[in-house]
Amino acid sequence: MDWYAFLFAVEVAVGGLLSGVMYALVAIGFVLIYKTSGVLNFAQGSMVLFAALTFVSLVEHGVPFAGALLLTLAAMTALGFAIERTVLRPLANRSPMTLFMATLGLAYVIEGAAQLIWGTQVHRLDLGISNAPFEVGGIFISTFDLVAAGIAAAMVAILTAFFRFTRTGLSFRAVADDTFAAMAVGLRLNRIQAAVWTAAGAVALVAGLLWGARLGVQFSLSLIVLKALPVLVLGGFDSILGAIVAGLIIGASEKLAEVYLGPFVGGGIEGWFAYAVALVVLLVRPSGLFGKKLVERF
Amino acid sequence: MSDVLLEFDNVSVRYAGAIAALHGVSLKVHKGEIVALLGANGAGKTTLLKAASNLLPAERGQITGGHILFRGRDVTGSSPHDHIRKGLVPVLEGRRLFRSLTIEENLITGAVGRGLRRAAIADGLEQVYTLFPRLRDRRLSVAGLTSGGEQQMAAIGRGLMARPDLFVLDEPSMGLAPLVVAEIFDALTRLNTETGLTILVAEQNSSVALRHAHHATVIENGRSTLSGRASDLAARDDIKASYLGGHAA
Repeated sequence: MDWYAFLFAVEVAVGGLLSGVMYALVAIGFVLIYKTSGVLNFAQGSMVLFAALTFVSLVEHGVPFAGALLLTLAAMTALGFAIERTVLRPLANRSPMTLFMATLGLAYVIEGAAQLIWGTQVHRLDLGISNAPFEVGGIFISTFDLVAAGIAAAMVAILTAFFRFTRTGLSFRAVADDTFAAMAVGLRLNRIQAAVWTAAGAVALVAGLLWGARLGVQFSLSLIVLKALPVLVLGGFDSILGAIVAGLIIGASEKLAEVYLGPFVGGGIEGWFAYAVALVVLLVRPSGLFGKKLVERF
Repeated sequence: MSDVLLEFDNVSVRYAGAIAALHGVSLKVHKGEIVALLGANGAGKTTLLKAASNLLPAERGQITGGHILFRGRDVTGSSPHDHIRKGLVPVLEGRRLFRSLTIEENLITGAVGRGLRRAAIADGLEQVYTLFPRLRDRRLSVAGLTSGGEQQMAAIGRGLMARPDLFVLDEPSMGLAPLVVAEIFDALTRLNTETGLTILVAEQNSSVALRHAHHATVIENGRSTLSGRASDLAARDDIKASYLGGHAA
């Protein structure tokens, strides 16, 4: 391989890694809720859409950027508490399948509500981040991707610090470990769940802004769930670190596959390559790279 | 006789609407006492203790009859959190530590459950480490990687962090070596005599429990069948044989 071909490969990989950080961001929203409620929250994609749509509509109505951000965050908090009260609490102690079906329904309710409130047209979202590429040692990197990855990384750092150093974070980890014991110790599951859904809402907001700026704010935005699923399978549903590593692997590998394997099969690999990777992982390690091994005892 | 701290009044429990686990159990725990709850596996000891903290709904169980009074107030329907705020603190069967948290983090969750602040947490940690010096050495170890004895000490410590008035322990001797069991019961006795902590402890290991308890109640097939001073019960070999899985079993 000559030097330029090598540089090109690095450039593709770096681009992939940067979008991988954004996959990870979406996946982390799932992980948070999975760890506390043991449920795959199918509505996470709708929450991303809801957040982005609320933000962009507020901005279009003349609300300044920071104000719109705060208002949307407040809306996501309200949504988190409402979901805890109306969906999770009545369904406490039901099977994970029941809860999953509830989040499936919830996804459509949230999408419908967003549509009802803000209308159905596609919105352009400009975060004021330049999309111009810049050069580092012969490699071109998109400014937007780099900034987006930086924001996502900051979000992950904030979450990690929150779970490490606060009492709510400690309670969250306790609940994730052993829900029954957490209840017996006197931790209030309702509050912790509401807090976690709020955190997931905040993650959805950041993901919604970054993806919305990239793809436009429209209803297909909720389909980024489909990008997060293989990341979750690869990293493990209950590991934040897993979501990050898997996001990076999937991001880089799908771009590299598109460029180097694509020509042999007529292209279009990027859409499904992540699923192929996830499938292989499922066969070898059903709980993912970092997931807890579930051992059934009889 | 000193005043009653906890009273089970004719309590019945069913699981998932069908399986009856307790049929009208009555039991009184007086302030400052250690009361042992004895009985074979499956007799209903755990169910009774979970009923006291209202932990049954999480396992699809339900109190179908009777009342549970704590300090004379009916607490049958209070949440587990409210029980802890009032001073009724459970230590679950099988330790149930948070395995991926460190020992110290586990202890802190006990205080957080009671809603205590930073200074109170520091005091509590000091008290627990004085009672179980081994935990101080292991404070930064991940709980899942510590020994059974250390886990039991941490589970008791986690309960103490909530500043209990009544400590409800389920089978603290489970799976532990005799020396460790003795160490744990000695610590409980010391808490009882030095701080006046009232303790209700369910045990299959009846000889150890009777040695440390003031009173004991035997339950069998979901009914309380026998109750009395621990020293009297310990003296009667026939009771050991028929109720406590002693020599005859």
